[in-house]
Amino acid sequence: MSRPMTGAQIVIKALKDQGVDTIFGYPGGAVLPIYDEIFQQSDIRHILVRHEQGAVHAAEGYARSTGRPGVVLVTSGPGATNAITGMTDALMDSVPLVVLSGQVPTFMIGNDAFQEADTVGITRPCTKHNWLVRDTADLADIIHQAFHVATQGRPGPVLVDIPKDVQFATARYRAKTEARTGHYQPRRKGDPEAILAAVEALEQAERPLFYTGGGVINSGPEASALLRRFVDGTGFPITSTLMGLGAYPASGRSWIGMLGMHGTYEANWAMHDCDLMLAIGARFDDRITGRIDAFSPQSLKVQVDIDPSSINKNIHVDVPIVGDVATVLGEMVALWEERGRRTKSEAVAKWWETITKWQARNCLAYRPSETSIKPQYALERLEALTKGADRYITTEVGQHQMWAAQFLGFEEPNRWMTSGGLGTMGYGLPASIGVQIAHPEALVINVAGEASWLMNMQEMGTAVQYRLPVKQFILNNERLGMVRQWQELLHGERYSSSWSEALPDFVKLAEAFGCKGIRCENPADLDDAIREMLDYPGPVIFDCLVEKHENCFPMIPSGKAHNEMLLGEDATQGVIGKSGAVLV
Amino acid sequence: MNALNIKRGSTSHSAYDLRNRFEERLERHVLAVIVDNESGVLARVIGLFSGRGYNIESLTVAEIDHLGHRSRITIVTTGTPAVIEQIKAQLSRMVPVHDVHDLTVEGPSVERELALIKVAGTGEKRVEALRTADIFRAKVVDTTLESFVFEITGTSEKVDAFCDLMRPLGLVEVARTGVAAIARGV
Repeated sequence: MSRPMTGAQIVIKALKDQGVDTIFGYPGGAVLPIYDEIFQQSDIRHILVRHEQGAVHAAEGYARSTGRPGVVLVTSGPGATNAITGMTDALMDSVPLVVLSGQVPTFMIGNDAFQEADTVGITRPCTKHNWLVRDTADLADIIHQAFHVATQGRPGPVLVDIPKDVQFATARYRAKTEARTGHYQPRRKGDPEAILAAVEALEQAERPLFYTGGGVINSGPEASALLRRFVDGTGFPITSTLMGLGAYPASGRSWIGMLGMHGTYEANWAMHDCDLMLAIGARFDDRITGRIDAFSPQSLKVQVDIDPSSINKNIHVDVPIVGDVATVLGEMVALWEERGRRTKSEAVAKWWETITKWQARNCLAYRPSETSIKPQYALERLEALTKGADRYITTEVGQHQMWAAQFLGFEEPNRWMTSGGLGTMGYGLPASIGVQIAHPEALVINVAGEASWLMNMQEMGTAVQYRLPVKQFILNNERLGMVRQWQELLHGERYSSSWSEALPDFVKLAEAFGCKGIRCENPADLDDAIREMLDYPGPVIFDCLVEKHENCFPMIPSGKAHNEMLLGEDATQGVIGKSGAVLV
Repeated sequence: MNALNIKRGSTSHSAYDLRNRFEERLERHVLAVIVDNESGVLARVIGLFSGRGYNIESLTVAEIDHLGHRSRITIVTTGTPAVIEQIKAQLSRMVPVHDVHDLTVEGPSVERELALIKVAGTGEKRVEALRTADIFRAKVVDTTLESFVFEITGTSEKVDAFCDLMRPLGLVEVARTGVAAIARGV
């Protein structure tokens, strides 16, 4: 038995026990004992953000680029409420986070004390699970359990609310190995009968398609390796959701691009026309399915997901397999190989011919310009000039995010951090900070829009303080581009509040923060400007002034099916019908 | 084509779509949810139902195993078959939930509800109330010269029927527990 420790000491000891090397946080009255312990040790590095939302997004960037849980420390009341957007974001995108919040002392809970909020009540729907620790003796167990819950099964954020008196009181520490972690043990192995059904289906399929998502990346590098072996072995085409980019390399021969609302023509048509859909770690989100009653009408659907509630939620699945992607893929690949690696190769070759015809539509084409920088062009140049670098990309939310997904190629998992499910503007800058902390030597670029970027721009101070050379690549169209695009398509070109007035001078802003600012507005200067950004050893705010009214295509208008998608040259007026207009 | 013998390409069980929802039949299910008896667990379950727009027709909860810190929540809900499946999947993945039993599909089960019913009146109405209570095997648990409190146990329909009969006889107040249910046999 170890000697008694204070609650604050237990917190730090438990974090070390869990292998935590970094905490993103912001101090305040109710967490001062924990901050005091942080001060007196050097194993765990604390990154002081400028706003608690930034701490959570930074932890998300850290978690998604490493596969390890991100850790956040905030104070009670406003500290906790500011963290809520980040936790909701992590819940939607299945990012493992452990958020520790301070709370007023137990004897004051319920008295409307200073900086008191019902944190466990408020965060119940935006965490996988949360705990209010009322007794220091339970603290170590709960923190270990929190890591267990955050990382097992479908990953997600958890919160541990720790009243200040619990941080001061003493108890004996229980190590990770002795801790009671509860009964929460999600199933990892797939049902053999369902796996056999899936393998039999793929042996018979004539128009098969892999549809993969963030679950492949969450399952770990082995899942991506198995996916590559499976896809390359079968020769089946593969598309991916926004969250799954990089699981299969963009340069791979079976890659047909991202699918969904702004996915490629070929990927969406392949989804519509396939006869076998292998959904792996993807959840049939509404950005993917479009109109549900016209979704892939002829296909047999196989779905592998660790979360049983993701199966049959939006789309009926014929062969559901509940389990971890890497485990199930391992079982599936082994069975398929054992049975002689059979596919209907002639039929699949014909299927590829059809896909090649769709690819020939060149759906990402845009009209180039010599006078203004097209956002697509900016991203093409960024891609060309950073190809082969040890590169991580984060994004904000909007048109730039979709263009980044379309025009940047991801060769490896964990290289692409974007807010998919929740669509959180302001995600990218703090996320880039978290990524750079985890990968100090890597090239970390946040592809941003000016409006999103402003939402958490205070975090530039964090980047400067910790000398994080994050590159803020802002595609500045002085518009809320995606809102403007929808208003053009849906609201008769009445651009209600969708422009950015009184924008700061980003170069001067960079100087004010103590970093480098670069502005570029001429396509001819773009390559040199990007090189200047890449060569600069510190953080850079790159103000790339782009074409103001460019729309993001291809696009499946809401309420429409995959085979009704719009390409750049199509007419855009009145494309969204009455039933589609109510959708977001 | 596959060992599970499921209809090919069916999207008719979609839980969230643009089609006319009335085409799908609503079913009533009784769920028994075994949870850790920890603070906030009921709020989690109720929050799931309200947050995702599921129905609760009745909900009862009480600790059933003091040493094991287990409670049993009995929920009566209605929804299309797809929604019922979602509810069960969403409940099952919650950290404090140990088991979710759908008593409606897992075989025969017994359902009971208890109600305390206050009826005020004198003369013939009072006599009729007592006579009806006898037919329903309701017990008198409190009486004054002008009132009775009846205790009745049975299915929700039986309690409904009893209340309906008491209304013209001077029904004043009703307290119902909600449904408790358990599978028959072992």
